[in-house]
Amino acid sequence: MDESAGMMKILVTVENEAVAGRFDMVSETVVALYSRGELQGKPKIFLVSQPSAEELCRLIMKEEVGVLICGGIEERHQKFLTWKGVQVLDAVIGPYVLAMELAAKGELEPGVILPGSVA
Amino acid sequence: MNGIPHGVAVLDTKLCIVEMNTALERLTGYSSLDASGVYGDFIFRSNLGRKGKLFREVLESGEPAVTEGDILTIHHRKIPIQFTISPLSNQDQKRVGLLVVMEDLSLQQASQENRRGCRGASHILGHSKEMLKVFDLMPVLAQTDASVLITGETGTGKDLIAESIHKSSKRARHPFIKVNCGALPEALLESELFGHVRGAFTGAVKDTPGMFRMAQHGTLFLTEIGDLPLQLQVKLLSVLDDRAFYPVGGTKKVHVDVRVIVATHRALRAQVEEGFFREDLFYRLNVLRLHLPPLRERAGDLRLLFDAFLNELSGQLKKDIKGYLPSVLELLHTYDFPGNVRELRNIAEYCVNICQGQKISSECLPAYLFDLPGEHPSTNGTEERVVVNKGKRSIPEAMPNQPKPATANGWQEIEKEMILEAMKKTGGNRSQASKLLGWGRTTLWRKLTRYGLS
Repeated sequence: MDESAGMMKILVTVENEAVAGRFDMVSETVVALYSRGELQGKPKIFLVSQPSAEELCRLIMKEEVGVLICGGIEERHQKFLTWKGVQVLDAVIGPYVLAMELAAKGELEPGVILPGSVA
Repeated sequence: MNGIPHGVAVLDTKLCIVEMNTALERLTGYSSLDASGVYGDFIFRSNLGRKGKLFREVLESGEPAVTEGDILTIHHRKIPIQFTISPLSNQDQKRVGLLVVMEDLSLQQASQENRRGCRGASHILGHSKEMLKVFDLMPVLAQTDASVLITGETGTGKDLIAESIHKSSKRARHPFIKVNCGALPEALLESELFGHVRGAFTGAVKDTPGMFRMAQHGTLFLTEIGDLPLQLQVKLLSVLDDRAFYPVGGTKKVHVDVRVIVATHRALRAQVEEGFFREDLFYRLNVLRLHLPPLRERAGDLRLLFDAFLNELSGQLKKDIKGYLPSVLELLHTYDFPGNVRELRNIAEYCVNICQGQKISSECLPAYLFDLPGEHPSTNGTEERVVVNKGKRSIPEAMPNQPKPATANGWQEIEKEMILEAMKKTGGNRSQASKLLGWGRTTLWRKLTRYGLS
């Protein structure tokens, strides 16, 4: 995350247009770059052939992601990513686009159930 | 549904939550009210296949299903679960939803692991007599409901022991919740432990149950209890006595049935004397006490643990490590391990990552292990004397007549005598004296100052 330029790279784990329930079972992620809360360019979609938390951690490191939005995540992965300087917003339930927008404005909290999650 | 000791949820035909019982609220960390209308598997976070495949199959076929899997809690714990999924029909036999029962299998799996021959409890290894004493005491601690105080240096396994006591106790089916008392400022910690009501302070937009309520019928593990602010010590004492408290900003007393286990690496008695810890709380927590020995006092466990870590990590990192050279173990035996078992595990992880062959050699060990003793903070002055080889640490010399550090004070006296002897022999030349002692000049200077010899 290039904070000096107000840039924020966000990765969100996705399942059916929502934040995926589990970090270790994710096969689709979306990476987007935000500057001062505004989306920069087109978000990139990464598909994971074999769902694996370790692979996902590697992807996050490789892409130099600053903020991770996900559902449930095991303690060891959460601690590893935090130790690597990634802000982990976990246990988020709701539409992934809304989650990203709120995170870009610094308004997303871990454990939140967002509007649009309720049927 | 609240009378059922397992997690229970009712889902509608869209697989969204209609209702959850309190056991499932504790398992998932969400209240039934918050979860109502949310897609069920976003709340459970199970591994039952993508897009609720199994739930849909039961809903379509009408055939109940029983399967084992796991869920991820809001507290980042993976819990093994037996799922029983049954269809629900109305009076016209029209399918209206599902009943999902989730039985926590943690206890069963832990006891199976113990039967497979792990020494001690679950993942805690050791066959030294110091650890066997701990293992002997643990079942006794698990049977009672009294508070337990676990003491020991950092990295000795206090958290594992606490969880193991919980898993062997009658509360094992209920939550085990850990709170680090040193990790949060006082105001936040109070809210974290006891919860708050909506409007209690700026930003309190909804009621929060707090960890005491989340651990209902289970165990609350308060680690770094020595860092608990004095004001909260009063509140904790009151909860331990009355089993009830007022949430922050609340007027309604909340009753809880929670066992409290606490741990600290600090000397609590000394903190009491210095006025940092309440004496009454100390005696209340000190009902049952378990002290975990540091690794350097666990004779024979170093090899057992190092073997186990190498085995586990080489599997995890897909390396073909067959063992290590004898010099590696000899060198490890000369080290104090101020970070104890955690540090040994980190060293093993470093070795496995660095080693390019099948046998770990001294070159695969972290460089700081070769530094002169005294370069690292020693926890109680039990540094070992080593032969110095070009400014680096090497295999210890056999010193049968070397006095053993029976106590910290005893060792300090011996060390003082050694310094005086070296200074006498070298005519007060500090550089030569430090070489003779096998220390760096800075270490000698530090020790001279410490003993008032400068």
